[in-house]
Amino acid sequence: MIKLTIDGKQVEVEKDITILKAAKTVGIDIPTLCYFELRDMNIENRPGGCRICVVEIKGRRNLAPACSTKVENGIEVNTHNIRVLNARRTVLELILSDHPAECLTCAKNGNCELQSMAQQLGVRELPYQGEQSTYRKDTSPAIIRDIDKCIMCRRCEMMCNEVQTVGALSAINRGFMAVVAPAFEMNLEKSSCTYCGQCVSVCPTGALTEVDHSRNVINALADPAKTVVVQTAPAVRAALGEEFGLEPGTLVTGKMVAALRRLGFDYVFDTDFAADLTIMEEGSELLDRLSRYLKGDKSVKLPILTSCCPGWVNFFEHNFPEMRDIPSTAKSPQQMFGPIAKEYFGKKLGIDRKNMIVVSIMPCLAKKYECQRDEFKVNGDPDVNFSLSTRELAHLIKASNIDFNSLPEEEFDNPLGESTGASVIFGTTGGVIEAACRTAYELYTGKKLEKVDFMELRGFENIRHATIDFDGLPINIGIAHGLGNARKLLEDIKDGKSEFHAIEIMACPGGCIGGGGQPYHFGDSEILKKRAAAVYQEDAGKTIRKSHENPFIIQLYKEFLGKPLGEKSHHLLHTKYFDKSASVFVEE
Amino acid sequence: MAKKQLRIALRNCGVIDPERIEEYIERDGYQALGKVLTELSPEATIEIIKKSGLRGRGGGGFSTGLKWEITRKVQADQKYVVCNADEGDPGAFMDRSVLEGDPHSVLEAMAINGYCTGASKGLVYIRAEYPLAIERLKIAMKQAREWGFLGEDILGTGFSFDVEIRYGAGAFVCGEETALIHSMEGLRGEPTVKPPFPSESGYLGKPTNVNNVETYANIPVIINKGWEWFAGIGTEKSKGTKVFALAGKINNVGLIEVPMGTTLREVIYDIGGGLQDGAAFKAVQTGGPSGGCLMEKHLDVPIDYDNLIAAGSMMGSGGMIVMDDSNCMVSIAKFYLDFTVEESCGKCSPCRIGNKRLNELLDKITKGNGTMEDLDKLRNLSTVIKETSLCGLGQSSPNPVLSTLENFYDEYYEHVTAKKCRSNVCKSLMMYIIDAEKCIGCTLCARNCPVNAITGERKQAHYIDPEKCIKCGACMEKCKFSAIFIN
Repeated sequence: MIKLTIDGKQVEVEKDITILKAAKTVGIDIPTLCYFELRDMNIENRPGGCRICVVEIKGRRNLAPACSTKVENGIEVNTHNIRVLNARRTVLELILSDHPAECLTCAKNGNCELQSMAQQLGVRELPYQGEQSTYRKDTSPAIIRDIDKCIMCRRCEMMCNEVQTVGALSAINRGFMAVVAPAFEMNLEKSSCTYCGQCVSVCPTGALTEVDHSRNVINALADPAKTVVVQTAPAVRAALGEEFGLEPGTLVTGKMVAALRRLGFDYVFDTDFAADLTIMEEGSELLDRLSRYLKGDKSVKLPILTSCCPGWVNFFEHNFPEMRDIPSTAKSPQQMFGPIAKEYFGKKLGIDRKNMIVVSIMPCLAKKYECQRDEFKVNGDPDVNFSLSTRELAHLIKASNIDFNSLPEEEFDNPLGESTGASVIFGTTGGVIEAACRTAYELYTGKKLEKVDFMELRGFENIRHATIDFDGLPINIGIAHGLGNARKLLEDIKDGKSEFHAIEIMACPGGCIGGGGQPYHFGDSEILKKRAAAVYQEDAGKTIRKSHENPFIIQLYKEFLGKPLGEKSHHLLHTKYFDKSASVFVEE
Repeated sequence: MAKKQLRIALRNCGVIDPERIEEYIERDGYQALGKVLTELSPEATIEIIKKSGLRGRGGGGFSTGLKWEITRKVQADQKYVVCNADEGDPGAFMDRSVLEGDPHSVLEAMAINGYCTGASKGLVYIRAEYPLAIERLKIAMKQAREWGFLGEDILGTGFSFDVEIRYGAGAFVCGEETALIHSMEGLRGEPTVKPPFPSESGYLGKPTNVNNVETYANIPVIINKGWEWFAGIGTEKSKGTKVFALAGKINNVGLIEVPMGTTLREVIYDIGGGLQDGAAFKAVQTGGPSGGCLMEKHLDVPIDYDNLIAAGSMMGSGGMIVMDDSNCMVSIAKFYLDFTVEESCGKCSPCRIGNKRLNELLDKITKGNGTMEDLDKLRNLSTVIKETSLCGLGQSSPNPVLSTLENFYDEYYEHVTAKKCRSNVCKSLMMYIIDAEKCIGCTLCARNCPVNAITGERKQAHYIDPEKCIKCGACMEKCKFSAIFIN
């Protein structure tokens, strides 16, 4: 144990911890800006760059950054004497002097950590003013980079490189012009970016934000010629309440449905319905590959990898294109919903697909890109027209004078609003594969699954594995969340070392509940855990908890699709993947 | 010029043919390596270096022996020794001269360092802009391998050590050891917070001992002549000699090597031959862009690490620029800030933005728009940048500002209050005026003015339009009647 004093208080902490954390143990909250941590997920950013957290250590010539200075026996730390306060304030004034004062029109207004810091330290004027660094704005299908607002905290870089191993963002230029950007300042769209949005979810300022499609949605809603259909992803209902001051982990399914109706959507449906459909197709594909494999078919590729996460799809198209025949060909729930809405539901009501607008509410930014992919369009008309993030929906509700918290609980419309517990847990890491196991087990063994909760598949460990007993046949399941962890599993498959039959991969740490489009968690991993708990709570409360028992799914196959992996399914619900390794290039 | 000099680090430069190992060997080359490998344990060798009192010549002044000892004590399967040849101070070329003139002394010292710290691999991080130094180093490496001073089983002792070259792309910050290591790893050349120090976790996460070229050049001599000899030279806390690059308004410019404790006066007048044209001494800038400007009253300070810091400057890697009355001290501070603004890596906010703002304040003052409040801002900002920056670059970049504010406050005050630059350097503060009494209207000035700012009838007094004048001085140079003066 190390003994030191902080602001005159005796502190005893374990060695190797930082002054920042030691101070927290005695209730001293040293302000930080570039520092970022997602506890229990092995995610930490402490470049020691912003210098806001500097403290005085008695006897040392210079001030020390609390976030990256380790405790030592006998040191006397002062976190707020006049020297420290003056330095901290001056450093913040400097940062603000190179930051556009556009707070009123900034997408991060109210959620900006730099703004909060200016408020906390009471900055009222900027004594040091001068030139501001300016860069080209960059808009991609999902993410906007307005890096005039970048403060070089390097959080996005850490997420993109260390956590996701995508490598799209890094520091470029030097001195005053130093900034985080794709190599050679190329557009994000030309880089290997997967649009996972984790950079956006950790950016303290408005330098990285989502492309906002709410205008387009308002226009569609105002157009009497259009039938506007909305689908909501499972993770949205577990986080939307946070935007309205509710406790993290509060389920707001009913209020969300009510709010969407009041916004004017003609049909409020559930992506969960499509998730059940995904399980029917993906589960059947797993069983098909598995039974052929067991019969000795050497051409069968195992493990099968889930394909519902568009960030993950982009990742393997860029980084492992030679393995693109391994993931399931099943489209993601968002993209299964689109053709079912337009080709089945719309036709049933006699609505031409041109007159139907499908909007999705997603915890995700990569979904914005996914719905614009060419293979998901019919004669230029996308199956899903617009994808809004949870945050954009919250803004829309607020801007429409809807008092969210006093709304009644309402039900989804039918038929595309009915879902099972299996589909709800798609929202958290491990959920898709658990849902698949519930259905695959029963279809494979022909027996009823007594215990539907596969606790061994749950949790937040980066890479998890479990063996599920399919009535005597051991099925090895792997789960990874975060693309860096996915990369490890893929490398194993590449090297022939993988013993898994099926692997679930989610691009974002925590799965969709931690998606790039969710309300900002500001580094509080407890929020992610509470959202996951909410998702499991909704599952437990459902009477039907297996996808293949969803009555409307059964009806859909009977009326329209035929059977899983059938011809119609193949046409509407399955896709193919592309080699994008060569699409990263630099313009001359 | 040779009197009062003592050449240890530069002992062979200009004396031997650096491309012939035989000539190095003739002058006791590789004798120290042989002695260390056959007669001395690593611990005993480190003890010699420690006792010699040798301190890092790259600027930090940390005890070299102690650094070696720390690296030795860390347990690891692989360690590295690195030679920092990323000399970046404007006008400095000490390291380049050693590598060009005596590359074997560095290789020999690196091998000794490898033996002492337990490293089998050495890396020389050198600027790609030093092609001759690189070429000579490569020749030396090849010859040393042929002679068995590098490679497997050196001199049959079982000790193996070899050296590779890594090229730097000319970023000043890469002279900082953590930034240098990241650059060698192929990463962005920017520093990281210390601790961990490279001796614990350096290149590829392994213990790494980084020393500067000049430091290495001292090692073989210390081994050969003994620590007592080396420790007998210099001051109480700074032993041996230091190489300086003399430059500026001085008669003898170039590299000199003097014992620690020599005074600035001896360097400037006895070795440097005094100021050009017998001009009066105004200031001497030591320590490169991170150092400070010292004045007349400091001339009798014996040069060593601690005295220079006490006087408000630093040893740095050994730049020494002498100035006379034609140098404006505010402009000098701005010149160095221009450099650090350009060379900051941009990682930490005070260095990235603070130096830029410092530079803008200096620019404002040299343009005649400064206020007394700006002088307070300069002081506060400089202090905060020094105290809060991540690495040595930012922690020392305001030194030129602080030392000139301290030693030449009058000049700042004049720039701000009287809008006057006494050295006639700050163009915005200058006004070229024609003395109507003296002007005979020859029109020579008007014909030579590149911007047609001068008007006047032939044989009548001319007039310079201050709005148009770009203060190039061409008119004053041409005037045969000394009718043009600067106000």
